[in-house]
Amino acid sequence: MSTSAKPIANERHVTGIPTARLITWWVIASEIVIFGGLLSVYVMHRLGHPEWAAAASHTNTLAGAFNTFVLLTSSLFAVLAHKAADAHDGPRAAKLLRLTSLGGLIFLTVKGFEWTHDIHEGYVISSGGFWSYYYTLAGLHGLHVLAGMIIMLIVAADAAKNQELQRVECIGLYWHFVDIVWIFLFPLLYIAR
Amino acid sequence: MTTETHVHHPDYVKIWAILVALLIVSVLGSMSSIRPVVLAAAFGVALVKAFLVAKNFMHVNVEKRWVPYLLVVCILFIVILFAGVSPDIMKRSGLHWNNDAAQKAVESGAAPSTPKNE
Amino acid sequence: MSTQVHHAEPGIFQKYFWSTDHKMIAMQYMFTGMAMALIGGFLAYVFRMQLGFPNKSVPGFGIVTPGKYNAVVTMHGSIMIFWVAMPILIAAFGNFLIPLMIGADDMAFPRINRLSYQIFLVSIVVLLASFFVKGGAFGGAWTAYPPLSASGAYNLTPAGATLWLVAVALEFVAFLLGGINFTVTTMNSRAPGMKMFDIPLVVWMIVLASVIFMASVGPLIAGAIMLLFDQTLSTGFYDPSRGGDPLLWEHLFWFFGHPEVYVVLLPAMGIVAEVITVFARKKMFGYKTILYTAWATGVLSFVVWAHHQFVAGIDPRMANIFTVTTLLISVPITEMVFLYIATLYGGSISLTTPMLWALAFVAEFMIGGVTGIFLGASGTDIYLHDTYFVIAHFHYTFVPIAIISVFAGITFWYPKMFGRMLNETLGKIHFWGTVIAFNVIFIPLFMTGVAGDQRRVYSYAQFAEQARPELQHLRTTSTIALLVMLSFQVIFLINFFWSLRNGKRAEANPWRSTTLEWTAPSPPPHGNFAELPTVYRGPYEYGLPGRAEDYWPQNDPS
Repeated sequence: MSTSAKPIANERHVTGIPTARLITWWVIASEIVIFGGLLSVYVMHRLGHPEWAAAASHTNTLAGAFNTFVLLTSSLFAVLAHKAADAHDGPRAAKLLRLTSLGGLIFLTVKGFEWTHDIHEGYVISSGGFWSYYYTLAGLHGLHVLAGMIIMLIVAADAAKNQELQRVECIGLYWHFVDIVWIFLFPLLYIAR
Repeated sequence: MTTETHVHHPDYVKIWAILVALLIVSVLGSMSSIRPVVLAAAFGVALVKAFLVAKNFMHVNVEKRWVPYLLVVCILFIVILFAGVSPDIMKRSGLHWNNDAAQKAVESGAAPSTPKNE
Repeated sequence: MSTQVHHAEPGIFQKYFWSTDHKMIAMQYMFTGMAMALIGGFLAYVFRMQLGFPNKSVPGFGIVTPGKYNAVVTMHGSIMIFWVAMPILIAAFGNFLIPLMIGADDMAFPRINRLSYQIFLVSIVVLLASFFVKGGAFGGAWTAYPPLSASGAYNLTPAGATLWLVAVALEFVAFLLGGINFTVTTMNSRAPGMKMFDIPLVVWMIVLASVIFMASVGPLIAGAIMLLFDQTLSTGFYDPSRGGDPLLWEHLFWFFGHPEVYVVLLPAMGIVAEVITVFARKKMFGYKTILYTAWATGVLSFVVWAHHQFVAGIDPRMANIFTVTTLLISVPITEMVFLYIATLYGGSISLTTPMLWALAFVAEFMIGGVTGIFLGASGTDIYLHDTYFVIAHFHYTFVPIAIISVFAGITFWYPKMFGRMLNETLGKIHFWGTVIAFNVIFIPLFMTGVAGDQRRVYSYAQFAEQARPELQHLRTTSTIALLVMLSFQVIFLINFFWSLRNGKRAEANPWRSTTLEWTAPSPPPHGNFAELPTVYRGPYEYGLPGRAEDYWPQNDPS
């Protein structure tokens, strides 16, 4: 179900932005309000509950920092994939996208270990204010990482055949957004004040 | 469909190195006992990192003008949400109501942990 | 210059269930929405029978226990907003009209379009399944305030509550996908020569509605996840005994809930704009003003939400702010109504069925808008909140939006959709029966509301002040009027389905309209236009002096 005949509607670009990238920006806009909503709700609780710092001190800052590093590096691969696609080097772009996806996998694996440890210590989602928000925020983010990985692999499959190269940039944009969300989640969840 | 190169590609590895350096700064800074340092390290750095990713990786500044405006407007809506909701959520009591459990939690310095059995 | 790919003739599955053609997807949404309207209408019948003839067995349903009453009322509201109004106004009309009116061959992303309907269909399956699980359908009101909605011990419908939440979440995803597709298509896929201000108003309004929806639903998606966890994972986001706050849900819900009413209002006004220009043979008065006003309304709609929470214990200083903004927002909408009236003034009006519906929209919506003032002012709202006055107010806005303008749109675009004309006589009988009965349903409810009838109460037998015979007469009158209104819908259904096969064959442009959809055949084939049009002028060039015809199509190069 890859490149069937596209309607002319898809190929027109009155705004000057190709439709694939245009829709990506709108998707990102909608995700800003989803994550923004959840994050701002967490922030207003966190500001009103200084005692949550005690709970927050139990999150594994090292794991969080490592994961931040992993996502930043995967973002590097994603943008290098974009550069390769711009040079019409589909196979190279595919390879870089797959490396990006691997970064996502490492992220989720580390998170898996992290959460297993937390749960063993007795900190579950129903353990109270901070932990409920912690798991919900990181969980929603993790779902987006997973979805991004899957879409990225699909785009990579086409890119390897030098097809649909414009999608490389678009999935990259989405990935950078997911990275930015984590850039804010890291201090909010891991750096106890 | 071919992609037209609409961006000038900077040295992405260099940007990545700056981002990693900032990450290290934020982790080290957060270990300080001076509160403004911790806040700056944590959130100031986060803002800078986000800006770097948006500008250099997402090429937001090269995009048509209305795209960053749209994204900023979405953030503004969240600010409005915060402004309208936080007066109620950040309070422990209001007109004819008290949130005793939250009040107790803040005073005792521990998060409420035992769920009330339904 | 068309590049039609020759497809082999599709099978039934491919054509009706797996199509990516925007017109077929529009029909899927429209017929699904109509079917859900029958369910929503049946639910209204059930609870109004209980209110009009208390504690009598309702034919076709049985005895309405308090629990069943709650579920019926909850489902009626949820279905009408999420599974009737939005799918028909935005998804059905948006899907059908946008590519045609902008001169494109389909949406920019046809497969995402198909996916959005499929997710929507799954949301309906989940919702309908909730009627059959233990405890039955969710009974916590469409506003789902916790702790009632979070605790099965309180709402007595724990399985239904979670299924309802999942169904709503899926519906949100479907509309996010669909709405983003509409926006991108309108922005990028316009015919050559169609500038921003040449786009017909209904397209603008549907796109604006999609953007408003997208910007407002995010926090509620976050809040719904939190409610789901409260329901299923013993979290305490909204549980005051665990430090949570029910008011948080209210804020998150209404931050979306108020812009949502403009999400459905704007497409309705767009439809009415198309109809009144055609049947007044007159240019839209103040097209740009209407557009700017609609944008302003959209933005303003984000700062009025807490008027739904005046008596919930919010900070009184916030109540002051929200009263001011709420009263302010009535100004742009009123201005749009004035511009519509100015469009009609001096026009050459023909009272066809679509025009009757469009005029009825303007008149009835004004009543809804004016009664909203009493609720937007926090002082009077203290008395009126949660009474039938509120119900009557929002039905005087929602029925014009979800029913009156929908009938205007269906009767107007039916020839284009199906290649046949509807019967005008049946159309007019349906119109008068519906509109008169509608008023007789809700005017008594203004009165009972002011007299103190509370919402969401299955029987007033225990309330001496409300159990008075004068009030019961008003309730019974309202119920009988609903029975009349429902009966008249049979006429519409007969007209609709009979005309599909037996209506007079429609030409391409039976209403002599200027917009691009009328240049395609009725109904349009796959790909819409034999030759994709080029646009030379705006969408409402009517009544031009010195021209032979009283209308100048957008794609006419002369």
